[in-house]
Amino acid sequence: MLDDARAAAARAARESYGRLLAFLSARSRDVAAVEDALAEAFRNALDGWPEQGVPREPEAWLLTAARRRLSDQRRHERVRDEAASALLLAAQAAQDCAAEGAAFPDDRLKLLFICAHPAIDAGARTPLMLQTVLGLDAARIASAFLVRPSTMGQRLSRAKAKIRDARIPFQVPEAKELPARLDAVLEAIYAAYGRGWDDLAGLDPQVTGLTEEAIQLGRMLVQLAPHEPEVLGLLALMLHCEARYAARRDASGAYVPLMQQDTSRWSLSAIDEAESLLRQAWAVGQVGRFQLEAAIQSAHASGARAGRTDWESIALLYEGLVTLSPSIGALVGRAAAMGEARGAQAGWHLLEAIPRAAVANYQPYWAVAAHLLKAQGLVEQAREAYELAIGLCEEPGTREFLRRQRP
Amino acid sequence: MQYTLMFYLDADEFEARTDPARKEAFWAAFMPYAKALFNAGIVVGSAGLAPPSKATTIRHDHGQRQVQDGPFALTKEQLGGFFIIDVPDLETALEWAARYPAGPGGAVEVRPNLPAMVR
Repeated sequence: MLDDARAAAARAARESYGRLLAFLSARSRDVAAVEDALAEAFRNALDGWPEQGVPREPEAWLLTAARRRLSDQRRHERVRDEAASALLLAAQAAQDCAAEGAAFPDDRLKLLFICAHPAIDAGARTPLMLQTVLGLDAARIASAFLVRPSTMGQRLSRAKAKIRDARIPFQVPEAKELPARLDAVLEAIYAAYGRGWDDLAGLDPQVTGLTEEAIQLGRMLVQLAPHEPEVLGLLALMLHCEARYAARRDASGAYVPLMQQDTSRWSLSAIDEAESLLRQAWAVGQVGRFQLEAAIQSAHASGARAGRTDWESIALLYEGLVTLSPSIGALVGRAAAMGEARGAQAGWHLLEAIPRAAVANYQPYWAVAAHLLKAQGLVEQAREAYELAIGLCEEPGTREFLRRQRP
Repeated sequence: MQYTLMFYLDADEFEARTDPARKEAFWAAFMPYAKALFNAGIVVGSAGLAPPSKATTIRHDHGQRQVQDGPFALTKEQLGGFFIIDVPDLETALEWAARYPAGPGGAVEVRPNLPAMVR
């Protein structure tokens, strides 16, 4: 329980930090300078709040601490004068609305759109979001994304310089460009989830990946844009996956495939929330990639609980996904579902049709290939495919699982 | 661009490579990895190294030559083998490094190779 309280305090510190950073950046346009100004106050909040409790007005607390530091710095002329002036002005505006008792303005949606702006290098978008909106440190982000920390640092600085120098406007895009821009935001959040999912099972139980952070971003986005079906779809998708978090490993840490999971270890509250989000999304009547992916997970969830999975429906959903966005992942997923629905040979035909060059080192392809070849009784080819699926695997639990499957 | 992936093992893992009771498990984990690397057509060279107890080090200390039993540096983890791979960028090299089935406490170091000299 105590741990829960501590985690909540740390979460509150990140929430307030993100709000404040968004508010100040939207006015000064200098994200890096805002980060510098808030860094010490944020560190103190992360360290102090779990012990002392969250202050009644967390943003005001951070702001006061940061302002004090800014004024000091300015006196010592250690910050560029222009940036400091803009910041202090913004800080004054923030202080004013705190004094009026008004709710602290939330500019985080604008910040999310800035982070996923087309002018920002695609590889920097998710890291930028994690760093600015949630205050994650660059080293942790670099580890999750398998990038050299110094490179990640440079990538992030470049992105922030771009925002400042190109004067990218802090605003929610207009209706006509909203879908495409929103898509980039969703992609970036999902990329954080994917990274978290991948290294979920690392041997170190401390490494929990970024799934929690991604879900936090997803929740934030639902709060900020509650009527966008794809926003709802993305959160539903992540919650469905997260619901099975505990059941994905057995006591020894080995991977347990969905069909063999102990469904009593699933989080029913997460599933219920996901289902309700998905219903709201469908009601809008505008199908999208994340809604389809969430629907696939939903079908898996109800199938596994009923002890009978409707693979025909899942294959159909994949068909829709492939039509909408034919990623390698969707193509491989469709082949796997078809293999279950219509037999291994049907699945294999779809798999074989994927250009080999695109999947040569794509682990899920070889895992599905191995399974479908084994099911067709093609033992030699299956062994080869298992060997590659194991060799390309980053994750010990999955490796072990595949080793046990190998004929 | 060529990179060298260097695999560091602790004493226990060095033993696991040849210990009759454990070697099968060790190589069962490693061979698929090697196969995936070769299959990708990126391997320029590779070697597995005998344990550091088999190393001989020649030191040059201010003009004095000294031959020693054992490795150059006495660290807990020692170089156990390497792959030289040719891939487009560091990002790809790190992907391959992350796939290495390291034992507990093991590590992979990735370094860019200097461009080949004129021969």
